[in-house]
Amino acid sequence: MTPQDTEYNFAYLDEQTKRMIRRALLKAVAIPGYQVPFASREMPMPYGWGTGGVQVTAATLTPEDTLKVIDQGADDTTNAVSIRKFFQKVAGISVTEKTAEATVIQTRHRIPERDLEAGQILVYQVPIPEPLRFLEPRETETRKMHALAEYGLMHVKLYEDIARHGHIATAYAYPVLVEGRFVMDPSPIPKFDNPKLSNSPALQLFGAGREQRIHAIPPFTRVVSLDFEDHPFERGGADADCAICAASGVYLDEVIVDDAGGRMFVCSDTDHCRERLEAGHRGPMGAPAEGEAA
Amino acid sequence: MTAAPGSAPVPVPVPAPGSALEGGFAQPPLDAARAFRALLDALSRPGRINRLPGATPPAPFPEAAGALALALCDGETPVWLAPELRAPDLRAWLTFHCNAALTEDAAEAAFAFGAPAALAEALDAFSIGSPEYPDASATLVVLLPGFEGAPLTLAGPGIDGAATLTLPEAVAALHAPNRALFPQGRDLFLVAGDRVAGLPRTTRITRKEG
Repeated sequence: MTPQDTEYNFAYLDEQTKRMIRRALLKAVAIPGYQVPFASREMPMPYGWGTGGVQVTAATLTPEDTLKVIDQGADDTTNAVSIRKFFQKVAGISVTEKTAEATVIQTRHRIPERDLEAGQILVYQVPIPEPLRFLEPRETETRKMHALAEYGLMHVKLYEDIARHGHIATAYAYPVLVEGRFVMDPSPIPKFDNPKLSNSPALQLFGAGREQRIHAIPPFTRVVSLDFEDHPFERGGADADCAICAASGVYLDEVIVDDAGGRMFVCSDTDHCRERLEAGHRGPMGAPAEGEAA
Repeated sequence: MTAAPGSAPVPVPVPAPGSALEGGFAQPPLDAARAFRALLDALSRPGRINRLPGATPPAPFPEAAGALALALCDGETPVWLAPELRAPDLRAWLTFHCNAALTEDAAEAAFAFGAPAALAEALDAFSIGSPEYPDASATLVVLLPGFEGAPLTLAGPGIDGAATLTLPEAVAALHAPNRALFPQGRDLFLVAGDRVAGLPRTTRITRKEG
């Protein structure tokens, strides 16, 4: 199916809406980490399913793009499958599960393990774009705090974490400072992924549908996770290797496997795990490939 | 568009045949998507010069300025044209293809098109946004004869270390106030022929030594 054969306007949205989103995206790129308001539309899926990311993707796609969609690192979960099918239907574009082949990657809460390349675009689905929202509920006030770069409150919050827990207890949606100016919520990615936000060759776009905000991190932009000199940022993550592909230094999901407390750790990034299996890597629970002796 | 029954018909200026009605995108949704990606890439990776084809606007608008207008301008974006561009043909073309809200008040412009000299003259009037909403600022589309002049060194977001872009000196002057204004400021697109480059407000420009 070619883009012209679908019964929808290319990528579902009407042209007026796409222009509005595109203008917001350009301003977001020009002011890294700043939240640009946009007139978010209702999409044929509920809020919380990535309506912001879907609108950003729709405004960004060209007929020549290859789209990959991941949900918590996986290509085969309901959210990822339905968004991928949605764009196949309304834009007639080609899709892939391989990070290396994708030109646009829409993601819910993960950054792929494989290093992204120049020219690739990573689109994040964002629930709450305002990092200060749980500290200050009024938009008028958070706007002012961003305008004045008044981020003392965020440091107090992190300090209270240390006072109460002995360490900064934020494990996901860990706040970052973009290019030394705007504090930004990187969406609920594990803080394990935070270092990959910085200095990436790829363009990173963030869409929050319900909250009607778009923000962006251009390629090669300095992104620093907030911390203290005596409590530096720690990446965290499970102290184990993937049980299937034996990968180390990747983000792992913990899976309970029986009623006796047995558990295993597996790669959250399914494409990365598949790639390693194809390259012959095996963990203790990795099934042997076809034709391979057990 | 048809008038609602009972309302008086709105007089529509009749453009000269063969000028205003032609020269738009052949396949608007697809061509606009490609044009936007060329612009997004140019702005997120300053120093790169991308092709931006697909439009044939009336002279003296370059092809890339026409494609930019078709991709981004509409009734919601006041468009300011430099005095030398305010020809009936071009105004009619922008009105027909973009439904662009043309304005002669530089202060309300969302997009401003012109040569460096004309933009420089009105520069202080173009919006830089507010401290709370720095995105509500003008985008300047600078019409150039070509990417020629002084080699400038660019640094900042989107650039791995440093990049070089050859531009007339006057362009650097249009961008100069941004450094002190950030996060407010005006973003620039530079167009020549069917090519476009982007200079977001974050880019630091220095004259190349030697």
